[in-house]
Amino acid sequence: MAARFSIRKTRLSRSTGGDIVIMLFLILGAAFMVIPMILIISNAFKPLNEQFLFPPRLFVRNPTLKNFHDLMVMMAQSWVPFGRYLLNSLIIVSLGTLGNVFFGSLAAYVISVRKVPGTKLFMNIVVLSLMFSSEVTRIPNYVTIAFLGWIDSLRAIIIPRWSAPLGLYLVSRFIEGMIDRSLIEAAEIDGAHDFRIYWQIVMPNIKPAWLTMIILSFQELWRTQGGNYIYSEQLKTLPYALSQITQGGVARQGVQAAVTLIMMIVPIVVFLINQSKIVDTMGHSGMAN
Amino acid sequence: MSLVVRKQSQVGVEPRQSRLSAMLKEMAAYKICYLFIAPYAILFFIFTVVPVVMAILLSFTYFNMLQPPQWVGLHNYVRLFLEDEIFLIAVKNTLIYAAITGPVSYLLCFVTAWLINELKPRARAFLTLLFYAPSISGNAYAIWQIIFSGDTYGIVNGFLMYWGLTDGPIQWLLDPDWIMPIVILVVLWMSMGTGFLVFVAGLQGLDPRLYEAGAIDGVRNRWQELWYLTLPQMRPYLMFGAIMQITSSFTIASEISNLVGFPSTDYAAHTIVQHLQDYGSIRFEMGYASAIAVILFFMMVVTQRVVQKLLNKVGE
Repeated sequence: MAARFSIRKTRLSRSTGGDIVIMLFLILGAAFMVIPMILIISNAFKPLNEQFLFPPRLFVRNPTLKNFHDLMVMMAQSWVPFGRYLLNSLIIVSLGTLGNVFFGSLAAYVISVRKVPGTKLFMNIVVLSLMFSSEVTRIPNYVTIAFLGWIDSLRAIIIPRWSAPLGLYLVSRFIEGMIDRSLIEAAEIDGAHDFRIYWQIVMPNIKPAWLTMIILSFQELWRTQGGNYIYSEQLKTLPYALSQITQGGVARQGVQAAVTLIMMIVPIVVFLINQSKIVDTMGHSGMAN
Repeated sequence: MSLVVRKQSQVGVEPRQSRLSAMLKEMAAYKICYLFIAPYAILFFIFTVVPVVMAILLSFTYFNMLQPPQWVGLHNYVRLFLEDEIFLIAVKNTLIYAAITGPVSYLLCFVTAWLINELKPRARAFLTLLFYAPSISGNAYAIWQIIFSGDTYGIVNGFLMYWGLTDGPIQWLLDPDWIMPIVILVVLWMSMGTGFLVFVAGLQGLDPRLYEAGAIDGVRNRWQELWYLTLPQMRPYLMFGAIMQITSSFTIASEISNLVGFPSTDYAAHTIVQHLQDYGSIRFEMGYASAIAVILFFMMVVTQRVVQKLLNKVGE
């Protein structure tokens, strides 16, 4: 059926000229996107003398692991043990994501399944908050967090993340598109209470949505450096430590290339594994007016 | 007399009271639901809703985090628009960035998603990853620093000199004439994020039967198909994608600081968010920085509203 349709589609409304223009556009666009990425990968394996060649080369000629080795040596010499930075990053990423997914999906359940009075208004406010960036609230948030005494503590980064609006929006749209009302009603007749409906019926059925939430949250928190909130060296994150290592000018260019590759590859791999689920979730993200 | 009045007022009040009590009863019945939504809602109010109100209030004060805020009326706004030349540069730059990267990245996202949609699933998934990857790669844009490096080891300089197109290296990241175009290029490179995925997903979800019916009804080429069939169906996604793209196009800041330095030569690339960070995180003039945040807030929300109105007309 699908195959037959695609043949028909090409016959009916596709011209060869248009196909060529489209292919050209895609090739040019893809080249623009991918050349810097290739350069990052290839630079990470370039020996120092190849980093400074004239004319420069895109691809590495004598690949070496020396940059990674140098990075390991520097990590081992770090004043705060490097595992500590990694641990801080893992704590931030896991707790921040966990709370965001749990509280967000719980709220989405009330908004999209129960639709109790007031939740529609609340959803509108959440959508409004997608329309401006967190830069607007940066200063009051700093004041609030200082007031709460969370400065120089990982809480300052983890807890505000639990109320990130994008994940709530996506999950709640997904529930509205995917959850069959009769399923909920059947569970109610069987005497299931709200938490059971949420945990055993809604959550298993919206797996793509909360996986997407996990990934969006991960991407956001993975690159957190601690910003204005974290001062103590032993509470700093991995991206911070790595960015410090690369602040060594020309001599560190090889190490910097290795760091860039490591920081880049993690979110890409996480996305790659879950790509189909994310696209599935986004398929329900349209705005009803 | 008084009895009559009381009766009247009772008559007037009674339905409202019962409606209110009915609502309260309904809400009490859903007690557990409100308990479910409470943690998210409370945090959301503390870290998003209240801060907007607080920013507006703080913008009328002098506040340095040490002494309590002092009311100064409109002084911060007067200072921003009449005395702070750098702020005006930042506003101008932010508007240029938003006006260029916003629509261009939006169109790129949609056009690319639309073209990818014609491909077979494997190729589609691969190209989706390829176009999306730069937006999630964190600091990967630092590679552009090497590409546009001002010495002869910079990739662009190297090739230009090798081919004899320039005599000496060009200071791409220091020359005020070049800073902005390069920042825009880099921002476009990493701008195909959530909006792009939303379009890819939305296009995949469109009903194939619609196109079969369209072909029978006389849709002759892919452009007509796009205009009459695809765009109207895509409207909900176009609106959501616009929100994501507009928000990010107004918030370009750390990319600029990392690429061309903070501040950039002659503030050639300075944006509102950078100005906000300067006063908020470096000079600790919180009242003044709040005024900057408030202006940014209204610029974004107004743009969003206007664009949503325009998109509502697509395919009508």
